[in-house]
Amino acid sequence: MQPLELSAIDLVAAVANGDLTAVECTQAALDRIAALDPGTNAFLHVDQASALAAAEAVDAKRAAGKPLGPLAGLPVGVKDALCTRDMPTTCASKMLEGYQPPYDADTVARLRAADAVIIGKTNMDEFAMGASNENSAFGPVRNPWDATRATGGSSGGSAACVAASMSTVSIGSDTGGSIRQPAGLCGVTGLKPTYGRVSRRGLVAFASSLDQIGPMAHSAADCGLVLETIAGHDPLDSTSLDEMVPSYTQMLEEPLAGIRIGRVPAHFGEGLDPEVAAAVEEGFRVLEAAGATIHDIDLPHAKYGVATYYLIAPSEASSNLARYDGVHYGHRTSEPCRSDAFDSPLVEMYCRSRAEGFGPEVKRRIMLGTYALSAGYYDAYYKRALQVRRLIRQDYLDAFAKVDLIGGPVSATPAFPLGEKTDDPLAMYLLDLYTVTTNLAGVCGISFPCGFTGSGLPIGYQLQAPALAEPLLLRAADRFQRLTEWHRRRPPSA
Amino acid sequence: MPEPTDNAAPYTTVIGLEVHVQLLTKTKLFCSCENRFGAPPNTLTCPVCLGLPGSLPVMNREAFRLAVRAATALDCTIAEFTKWDRKNYFYPDLPKGYQVSQFDLPFSEHGQLEAIDPKGAFEPRMVRILRVHLEEDAGKSMHDESAGTADSRIDLNRTGTPLLEIVSEPDLRSPAEARCWLGELRLLLVYLGVSDCNMQEGSLRVDANVNLHIPKADGSLAKTPIVEIKNMNSFRSVERALTYEVVRQYEEWQATGKELGSAPKQTRGWDDAAGITRGQRHKEESSDYRYFPEPDLVPVTLTVDEIAAIREGMPESPRALRKRLEETWKIPAYDADVLVGQGRALVEYFETLARLVDDGKVASNWMQQDVLRTLNEQGIAIDAFPVAAAGLADVIGRVKKGDFDTSRGREIFAEMIASGRSAEEVVAAMGIAAVGDDELMALCRELVEANPKIVADVQSGKQQAAGGLIGQAKKKNPNVNPGQVRGLCLKIIGELPAP
Ligand SMILES: [Zn+2]
Repeated sequence: MQPLELSAIDLVAAVANGDLTAVECTQAALDRIAALDPGTNAFLHVDQASALAAAEAVDAKRAAGKPLGPLAGLPVGVKDALCTRDMPTTCASKMLEGYQPPYDADTVARLRAADAVIIGKTNMDEFAMGASNENSAFGPVRNPWDATRATGGSSGGSAACVAASMSTVSIGSDTGGSIRQPAGLCGVTGLKPTYGRVSRRGLVAFASSLDQIGPMAHSAADCGLVLETIAGHDPLDSTSLDEMVPSYTQMLEEPLAGIRIGRVPAHFGEGLDPEVAAAVEEGFRVLEAAGATIHDIDLPHAKYGVATYYLIAPSEASSNLARYDGVHYGHRTSEPCRSDAFDSPLVEMYCRSRAEGFGPEVKRRIMLGTYALSAGYYDAYYKRALQVRRLIRQDYLDAFAKVDLIGGPVSATPAFPLGEKTDDPLAMYLLDLYTVTTNLAGVCGISFPCGFTGSGLPIGYQLQAPALAEPLLLRAADRFQRLTEWHRRRPPSA
Repeated sequence: MPEPTDNAAPYTTVIGLEVHVQLLTKTKLFCSCENRFGAPPNTLTCPVCLGLPGSLPVMNREAFRLAVRAATALDCTIAEFTKWDRKNYFYPDLPKGYQVSQFDLPFSEHGQLEAIDPKGAFEPRMVRILRVHLEEDAGKSMHDESAGTADSRIDLNRTGTPLLEIVSEPDLRSPAEARCWLGELRLLLVYLGVSDCNMQEGSLRVDANVNLHIPKADGSLAKTPIVEIKNMNSFRSVERALTYEVVRQYEEWQATGKELGSAPKQTRGWDDAAGITRGQRHKEESSDYRYFPEPDLVPVTLTVDEIAAIREGMPESPRALRKRLEETWKIPAYDADVLVGQGRALVEYFETLARLVDDGKVASNWMQQDVLRTLNEQGIAIDAFPVAAAGLADVIGRVKKGDFDTSRGREIFAEMIASGRSAEEVVAAMGIAAVGDDELMALCRELVEANPKIVADVQSGKQQAAGGLIGQAKKKNPNVNPGQVRGLCLKIIGELPAP
């Protein structure tokens, strides 16, 4: 039995009934990483010894007849934005190179408690800022479907490691599309849960009011399995929702008959790649075949989504990233700081440390956010953005009064060549067009493959659901995957 | 226009205070680290207060409760909805690069607190309070700039401890008023149990804003530029710094004529040893803190009922307590002020004592003369005082009954304090016993009979000769009251047939 060809649900069952050991699963993942990752660069850190030790502990538990956790033996890649007490957590930044947190993120702790095996930390855009994974200080991730192309981002490593079957599932974070967009470009399934559904504690903050951790896998059902473990109230995260966690995987059987799916005609306007448009339209047909009805709806303020997002997210980021100042931890300049060009040696130390530690996109967003929050600009930018955010939220409430789900594209194009957009930040920001409003509204969304281009690149389909409607969201995506084979395709290298 | 308080001064002094008070919570404002002064540096920290990546704040409800109590006692309006904001600035003792504070929606506003001088040096002054808000404290930077090393050390134990910021309107009119008002504020907060208000340990910090309104010859008013004074580490230095600054501003105005608006607000530091304020380096521009709502915390809501419940649970304020002591125990305002100023436990001791001896004034006298003196001498609080109110009441009762006089009573009380024994035991040990009337009469007759010479002297008009009888009486029985012996002996001699 090839562990990495199994779904997460089947792998966990195989470990539980003794058909596979956790060590076999872990070793398979480690072997594959050793073989493929030099070309992919999906992982920033892999600790074979500790992964195998965790797997051995799971096997010993089983041997001793003790009950196993719900994810026993499951190889998981974790985005390097989540704190791990036994592995570095760098956010793909020189600023945090070598930084090792003294605690586990809530999600990491829940994964460990469920007997999952954390196989390594995955590559990402620096501090989760980017849509191509080219902003990593440790090199871009290469798309497993075409190594000359980007994976999307910012959870590019988490998407690629699942796409290339280097781990069965992975954990990403989604602030404006950072799970769904790379999932779409890499042909995997990625879920952005409702804001507050998964604790943010231990997720290195990019934009606190938008960040949300979520699972990535080959199927919606596997995403549901992981979500059952990582979702739940965390009293140490004030924004965490105190709501019961349903058994997502037990709620997939009900057919889609009577489910109303919204389609936003504006999504199919200029800029949408024709092959993507065709595949997404075909996606609606699949859902229709499953019993859903399709209804054209309008999200009138969605067109301001990108502008709104690029005021709110950088504003919060400019504050969240102020702590990387070279004083207590992280990168500090080795320059002597005695230049007259600065107000004081302290200010010089701040400036040099941050100039050296942050990459260009991070600096750009810190400047954008600092500007938007400045006296005299706050009302025109940040405050106005909050007002538009409320309108977008209301759009979603209005839409979800008419339909149960909203379908559509994840990205306007399939995976683009590395380097194509790196000199054009605005083009890069527009990649978030279809995904940012989900975060601004705080609802949930999922992306899964709905076809391939003629040249063999995956195309993603996005579904969005109201807050806490993950059961329906997963059920619809699972139904889609019962009727299609797109999610079973693997890259040629795999 | 504010009225001048000092008729002699050619200007009105205008003072507003900004007070920061650390709250007496077990744990910090947004994490579960201990909130305690004096621990070894950086031992009371965790990922949250260290601002480590990924850490998140959770509000300490107890801190919020204490803050609402304080604001309620200050007559503030309590908001039903309040939120947190980030105040962004870089400093090494601020590990997150921002302070969680309250900007546009503080939890309370529009209060008032009166400054009353018990000696009546100035008219009672009602001072409006602009706002009271809650925020997290920063850590402490210690700069060692000796030997040109400019070494800085940072202690983050204080980082994230709950801090109440109380901002007054510029309603104070003299340095003495400012000092008095601060004293009343401190007493109130200590009575509420929200803070220990220890300026030496930094749990109460004061910044003062001051300027002068100077009537000009043309009838208009010149206002001097506002100066903010920092680095004052006692109420006395607040008064001294303000007194210095008032004179300095007047002289500067006379020399330069500079008025408010022609110069930016200046910050001056108080140098206690030199007794002067010094201009501090201007921060570039005025700082832009880029306040925005803290996305890691949820807004705090209080219902009208919750606010009412807090109001009902408020203890008696020092002001109300003074008034009640004056009325209930018929003691002067000065006495009430001294007693209340010593804290609630001492007032309770006093009231128990006053009840037991059924005499407020006598109780107050004993408190001020004997109890307070001992507390001061021994540097202890009333909780550590060795004699309970009932013990002191016992002594006072015996004095009232005439067992012994007040000075003897004070000796007995001093011995009770020193030995921890009861009045009964001390009286017995000192051989003190009440001398009965018959016993005293018998003694005096015996003395008169045994001293014909003294009797003759008295009879010849030398009344002072009776002193000899008193000396002998004391030898025979040390408990006799000299005045009584003298009176009785003279009476017996007077009744003898004339020689
Ligand atoms: Zn702490």
